[in-house]
Amino acid sequence: MTLVEISNLCLWSAVAVYALAFIAFTFDLARRSAEVTAALDAAERAQLETAEERVGVLANASSTTVSPIITNDGVARGKTRRPADDDGVEQPAARRSPSLRIGVALTVIAFLLHLVADVTRGIAAGRVPWANMYEFAMTGTLLIVAVFLVVITRVDLRFLGTFVIGLVTVLLGLATANFYVEVVPLPPALQSAWLVVHVFVASLGTAFFAIGFALSVVQLMQGRRERKLGVVRSAQPAGRFRFLLTLPNAERLENLAYRVNIIGFIFWTFTLMAGAIWAERAWGRYWGWDTKEVWTFIIWVIFAGYIHARATRGWRGSRAATLAIVGFSAVMFNFVVVNVFFKGLHAYSGL
Amino acid sequence: MSRPSDHIDSAAPAPADGINQPKLGFVGWLRFLWRQLTSMRTALFLLLMLAIAAVPGSLVPQRSSDPNGVTQYFTDNPDLAPILDKVQMFDVYSSAWFSAIYILLFVSLIGCVIPRTKHHWLALRSKPPRTPARLSRLSAFERRSDDSGATAEALIDDATRQLKRQGYRVERFDAAGSASVSAERGFLRETGNLVFHSALVGILVTVGFGGGFGFSGQRVLVEGQTFVNTLLDYDSFNPGRFFNESELAPYKLTLDEFGVTYETQNLDAYGQAIDYRANVTATSPDGDSTEATIKVNDPLRFAGTDVYLLGNGYAPTITVRNPAGDVVFSDSIPFLPQDAQLTSLGIVKVPDGLAEQLGMIGFFYPTQAANEPPFFSSYPDLAYPVLILNVYSGDLGINAGVPKSVYALDVDDMKQLTGGDTGVDSIELTPGQITDLPNGLGTVSFDNVAANPSTENYAGSVKRFASFDVHHDPTQLWVLTFAILALSGLITSLFVARRRVWVKATTGADGTVALEYAGLARGEDPGLEAAVAAIAEAHIPTPVPTEPEGRITP
Repeated sequence: MTLVEISNLCLWSAVAVYALAFIAFTFDLARRSAEVTAALDAAERAQLETAEERVGVLANASSTTVSPIITNDGVARGKTRRPADDDGVEQPAARRSPSLRIGVALTVIAFLLHLVADVTRGIAAGRVPWANMYEFAMTGTLLIVAVFLVVITRVDLRFLGTFVIGLVTVLLGLATANFYVEVVPLPPALQSAWLVVHVFVASLGTAFFAIGFALSVVQLMQGRRERKLGVVRSAQPAGRFRFLLTLPNAERLENLAYRVNIIGFIFWTFTLMAGAIWAERAWGRYWGWDTKEVWTFIIWVIFAGYIHARATRGWRGSRAATLAIVGFSAVMFNFVVVNVFFKGLHAYSGL
Repeated sequence: MSRPSDHIDSAAPAPADGINQPKLGFVGWLRFLWRQLTSMRTALFLLLMLAIAAVPGSLVPQRSSDPNGVTQYFTDNPDLAPILDKVQMFDVYSSAWFSAIYILLFVSLIGCVIPRTKHHWLALRSKPPRTPARLSRLSAFERRSDDSGATAEALIDDATRQLKRQGYRVERFDAAGSASVSAERGFLRETGNLVFHSALVGILVTVGFGGGFGFSGQRVLVEGQTFVNTLLDYDSFNPGRFFNESELAPYKLTLDEFGVTYETQNLDAYGQAIDYRANVTATSPDGDSTEATIKVNDPLRFAGTDVYLLGNGYAPTITVRNPAGDVVFSDSIPFLPQDAQLTSLGIVKVPDGLAEQLGMIGFFYPTQAANEPPFFSSYPDLAYPVLILNVYSGDLGINAGVPKSVYALDVDDMKQLTGGDTGVDSIELTPGQITDLPNGLGTVSFDNVAANPSTENYAGSVKRFASFDVHHDPTQLWVLTFAILALSGLITSLFVARRRVWVKATTGADGTVALEYAGLARGEDPGLEAAVAAIAEAHIPTPVPTEPEGRITP
């Protein structure tokens, strides 16, 4: 087998294992929903005095935060002691559900396959594996998973697996099916050290924005649920997406999304500047409103807006989250639509 | 007031009380408008407007980056294009509406940055605030006690030293029975914020005004040709507003040879160019010569200008003789590449020396691969070069002195003599061949310029040309400096935590000292609680770890 064949085989295997990991993560969310339903039924049947006890039992049995259910949703408002850390993301590993653990394990396996695919592609090509759309998609998604795996060792965001790994599976599958190109040598325009720096940092920025995007989506769902609850004031939580009750509250999600997104923003700023330096060397001007430059600028401005929104009264919360989602959508648009359909100097899709 | 009133860290607005406001005078209105303009909400709105306004420039070709695309757009959309042109859609980034947005944004930015700078300057010189009475009400709070016999003052001395080492500014507040230290850190956060925004203003000003001092010029050179860095010798020239012709250093640049390496091993990329080399000789105005190679990512920095290699192609050498055999035209004409296999299109104009003015539209195929027309090229190097010429006679339209593009032939006043519907075959030549022009006008030859011309090996039989961009931009380094300042400012403003910390020691009745540690975040500060816990731990270590196993500190 040639290196390229090994790379392709590993990549398709990685896609398959990511898909399995996605299923496992989804099972975990379904299980959370089921447990919430059961706990609420139990709480409804019982007197409010005993609710605390049942919740205690539930908290022991379940993976992450059941305690915030109580404090957030008034099932037993005022009856439970607020846990020391009400974020609910700092639970001992022992309580994680089997499906969640399988999901993480499969993600690690898929990541390793993905890494081998990426490295062998680079060796086969004799250069960095991010010189066309296919390779960029491969390395970019690899970095999304890498960032995700690093982040969950520091903050328990395993529940994001469904969103992040789902996104990666779709992106990688589509890119492999549609953008695949054989290994070809670099055209003279790409023969520069800036290819290594500029494109890699762009992928890294994209990876952080992707995690921020997933967090912002969950934040919006959580925020909607919390607002509904505030209006109705009923003991019965919103019917759909009951697993949300086991996740951190919207404010906590927003803080996490912000921290991830500002790292992405810094990488994006660097990408913009490194790109300008490279453009000066290759095209004789550091900025010329090429279509790709325009969209990189637009994305930068959107995320600058996001950071300002976080600091503007009335914009923190759902509106800021919407901006982060719009920003990541623009990143995807910049990658797919601008590369494939727009005319410009960044004509390196290889398609 | 340092921050805009709608900043999240500013005090919440007082609820509307329904009392009639006093009537605003002219100055009052100005102040009101200024407040609005410098508010966070306006800045945010302008940022989003800027993002949206930048979009059309990627959908419609722009004169600045793609002038040919604009011409094509006018041809393809004759009804729509003039309307778009009226609203400056082909010059989005210099349009009135785009400029209005970013100028307003920067005015808003400056209006926000100046008062904040003033406030920050004062804050840098003020002392940390007095220790609050009830520290336990703050979000980050730790408690310890000390029964070693040390006095409250001594313990606070320790804490003060410890905080100072960590970069806090400290101030002691002692009272009877208790001692405390108030500490503050993270002023770099606001400094970074202000540096970032000021650097953006710097970039805008440098680009806006400084850009006017530079120039850019384009020149096509065929192998062997020399160009002198003077206004006349450029094919096209774009001076900045404040550019002065005398600034051009009259150096010479000769294209000695243009080399291309094609991929021949990898069948997936067979014939793909993997290296372009323009070997040039640059001669300074003083007469010092240096040889250099200009490559795509490797410009020549010479005599205050940067010379970039932008394009290349073939320049067939064509000679036209009159019926008597005298040469009336002989030149290497740059043909513009039309595809990856370098099928090239060029125009030959013979204004003098023949019975009629002559124009020829030429197609050049470096490796002609078809048995019969339509011809095509299958490889970009010279394996079987063929030149096809369609001849026109009549008025070239250049006598009136109106400048005409050398890359286009206006055939309105000309008669086609070969090719097309004329029934006469187009002229077809390989290097070294000569043939008669129609109507007994004379002869045309496609000259083989190789050192040893041969029909077996056409390598080097046709000259190549390279197109160069010559730039001079005195502000580039300034823009880079501001960009680096902006990036460092940004990193500082997003990651340095600004916080206040207090440590208070109170001596109890039994002689033990109760210690309280509290922190207050000023702005984003996810690590506050951990920081306060660490300060307490370093000050009075707890004998048994109280943190549960597996606790993860964000």
